Amino acid sequence: MDILLAIAIMALGAVVLGAALGYASIKFKVEGDPLVDKIDAILPQTQCGQCGFPGCKPYAEAIAKGEVDINLCPPGGMEGVQRLADLLGREVKPLDAEEKPKQIAIIDENTCIGCTLCIQACPVDAIVGAAKQMHTIIAGQCTGCELCLPPCPVECIRMEAIGENIDNWKWKYPVVEIKAADAARPAIKEAA
Amino acid sequence: MSHYLFILVGAVLVNNVVLVKILGLCPFMGVSKKLETAYGMGAATTFVLTLATGASYIIDHFLLLPFGLEYLRTLSFIVTIAAIVQLTEMVIAKTSPTLQQTLGIYLPLITTNCAVLGVPLINIANGNGFVESLLFGAGSAVGFSLVLILFAGIRERIEGADVPVHFRGAAIAMVTAGLMALAFMGFAGLDKYQ
Amino acid sequence: MLHQLFTFKGGVKPPTNKTQSVTLPIAAAPLPSRLIVPLHQSIGGTPRPVVQAGDKVRKGQLIGEADGWISAAVHAPTSGTVRAVAMQPQPHPSGLDALSVVIEPDGRDEWIDRQPFDYANATPDDTRRYLQQSGVVGLGGAVFPTHGKLTASRSVAMDELIINGAECEPYITCDDLLMRERAADIVRGIGIFRDLLQPKRVLIGIEDNKPEAAAAIRAAVAELGENFEVVSVPTRYPAGGAKQLIRVLTGKEVPAAKRSTDLGVQCFNVATAYTAWRAIAYGEPVVSRIVTVTGNVHAPRNYEALIGTPMNELLALAQPHPDTDGTVMGGPMMGFLVPTPDVPVVKATNCLIAHADRLFPPKAPEMPCIRCGACADACPHELQPFELYWHARAKNFGKTQQYHIFDCIECGCCSFVCPSRIPLVQYFRFAKSEIWAREREKNAADEAKTRFEFKQFREEREKAEKAEKLAKAAAAQAAKKAAEAAAAAAADSSPAAPVEAAVDPTQAAKKAAIEAAMARAKAQREAAQPKNTDTLNPQQAEELAAIEARRQAAGLTDAAAGAAAVDTTREAKTEE
Repeated sequence: MDILLAIAIMALGAVVLGAALGYASIKFKVEGDPLVDKIDAILPQTQCGQCGFPGCKPYAEAIAKGEVDINLCPPGGMEGVQRLADLLGREVKPLDAEEKPKQIAIIDENTCIGCTLCIQACPVDAIVGAAKQMHTIIAGQCTGCELCLPPCPVECIRMEAIGENIDNWKWKYPVVEIKAADAARPAIKEAA
Repeated sequence: MSHYLFILVGAVLVNNVVLVKILGLCPFMGVSKKLETAYGMGAATTFVLTLATGASYIIDHFLLLPFGLEYLRTLSFIVTIAAIVQLTEMVIAKTSPTLQQTLGIYLPLITTNCAVLGVPLINIANGNGFVESLLFGAGSAVGFSLVLILFAGIRERIEGADVPVHFRGAAIAMVTAGLMALAFMGFAGLDKYQ
Repeated sequence: MLHQLFTFKGGVKPPTNKTQSVTLPIAAAPLPSRLIVPLHQSIGGTPRPVVQAGDKVRKGQLIGEADGWISAAVHAPTSGTVRAVAMQPQPHPSGLDALSVVIEPDGRDEWIDRQPFDYANATPDDTRRYLQQSGVVGLGGAVFPTHGKLTASRSVAMDELIINGAECEPYITCDDLLMRERAADIVRGIGIFRDLLQPKRVLIGIEDNKPEAAAAIRAAVAELGENFEVVSVPTRYPAGGAKQLIRVLTGKEVPAAKRSTDLGVQCFNVATAYTAWRAIAYGEPVVSRIVTVTGNVHAPRNYEALIGTPMNELLALAQPHPDTDGTVMGGPMMGFLVPTPDVPVVKATNCLIAHADRLFPPKAPEMPCIRCGACADACPHELQPFELYWHARAKNFGKTQQYHIFDCIECGCCSFVCPSRIPLVQYFRFAKSEIWAREREKNAADEAKTRFEFKQFREEREKAEKAEKLAKAAAAQAAKKAAEAAAAAAADSSPAAPVEAAVDPTQAAKKAAIEAAMARAKAQREAAQPKNTDTLNPQQAEELAAIEARRQAAGLTDAAAGAAAVDTTREAKTEE
């Protein structure tokens, strides 16, 4: 008898709570997934496909769903992995592929035949040209995704690393060079 | 009046649920890396703990005791807490998806937070009335949030510090928590005013 | 006359070391062996070169045209021949190259035809453009194009025009001597600024360790009948910082987000006023500046050096001692060691200090921060350098911005007082450049994203347009066929044969186009004859024959063409 009462009380509790939760789940329904936009903002937007997804937004969506790891993006580098880890509270893992320095593509104008295949391949429309006209890459818009290299039938596109110039030079982290002491010099300088 | 005040102060400082009673260490360690998440977690736990204390008292007083079903306490409390946490999750998902993502797994883990179960049980053990239970629950939650925020602040500063390699991460966090517990032992002297 | 002075918090009082270089008047530096004039010498756009190697130039001739509004022109410092317009090492801590014009002097130092500017009849905008074309930039160190600062705010009236003669940094005395010797021209230049900005008051701030300079300026002001106030400000580094001087003289604090004109104040260096007057009254663009050469030298002095003079040649004039191991451009607080000794003097070079360990003992390595707070006490902007250091060290750049790292003027007061000898300014420079680099990356990523989304949108649009076109064409074809079938059925009394499924007209059109193209290509191939086959040696002819045979076997040639090719080889063989 007692046990039936116990079961009845628990069942009553369960029903009440279940009903409350059901009501709440309808009232507090969440549409869409703003997290995807936050992840997309961290990704470097090179649209290169090295992560295996056709662009940065699909990769962001996959990360938001939790389907993939956060270390698949080489252009984002370890810093991108770190920022994704901070945002999502996930573990920082080393990059899947090796991290390459920033590069831009350059067309060798002597070899270009004007076939427009690279223009169609560029995901950010950074190549200017038309059929049978010279093609050229706008260096400022090139993201270094390397998607234009395979389609070129005469292999006239090469990647060049962006070097340091006076405009993008950065101060280095202050380090103290530890030098071996010169035995010949006195350790304490006397006042001149 | 002073009786209620002592319960409150006692719950926040003297018998701090994390540093003196050593309950609820899981979110304390897991969510305290950033100050923003600590605020969020503190708020969520306060919400859950206060509601849970009130609901547990009502269930115990009106459903369990009259029918002599004391042995169902743990079970019914856990079910109530689980429902309340579920509700909290939905509210947070609606109001702040970032917080939900940053709290991550620790949001549903409030269900298994031993502080959230422990406080109602302590209430029953102490024989507190409804108002006293609520005060004790709210005070414990405030104490939890306070310590969580303090700890998060310290951990954020430690991030920039020169910690020896083998101490980085969880180790230095544990050392810090231990030192904080030592500090909170100083509040034990307040007990004699009760 | 008494003037109420305010004070700024912080600051330090390092030993001034100025007396060595003020004993002698300004000397004109002799013509150097070559002049390397960098094109980018001011904040803003890089001027475009308007000369090329081999051109003959005269002193003051335009060699770099200003690019945009915030940019100032660059001129040849002396007459001679342009040797090259090439990348040259710059007086920049990085040691990197930038585009410069290298001029070989011809010794004649011939000026262009200098014409004074018709100031009386010019509009303010004309005057500003003229100053831009004369290359007038701020010579206090920031080298901001002066014409860009000569417009008052539309909403806030200009209260004070401040002229900065403070020169607070130790060792530097170029402004001091300029004020002593050329006060009249400076005051006239200030008059030009006063005309363009229309302030209520003009205040000339000079530190109280320069009584002769103050007296000279006062005398010039009195002689020219101007109402400028010469105010002696207490000597404290960095009283010569623009924001600090504005605070001392007017009590106004200019926040980081606002321009000083928004508070009705503008500040110019005395040397800038001087060059502005030389440009307007004498038609002389900026081709030289006063440089203090001091430090570990035998004869410290101020020289009027041409822009582009290699620093080692200028330093040699002061006879550096043998234990000199480097050159510092600027003062000991804010200067930097130049990467190579022969980098050129630029418009920003106010001082060259010969560096030696004897004068500037190397700093011991940094020790942990003890949170003594001396740096916060010393900071003239009331920042918290220890917090900035903590977060810059942890590379937590968001937090450094929370503590207003971009308000830091890198004056060096904090590093100067730190008992743990922490090079605080280096950490702040590191943090700032990292933050700028991240911002650049973010902007590039945002742009790439926008372009990517537009490309997708464009492709969708093209697909939709194509589909529409095809649908229209198909509909037209179908209608035509239906009409024909109806006509045929009407003519024929027999039951109409079921109309065959109309071959997709676009397919047919495509096929026809492809076939035509293939036929064209074939004809081209057939028409193409192997060229350059007249003088073949036997080995080459054999190879050709083999290739032709292969091509025939692959069916790529017409038999006739192949025969013709083989014929030529036979001809060649018979020729041998």
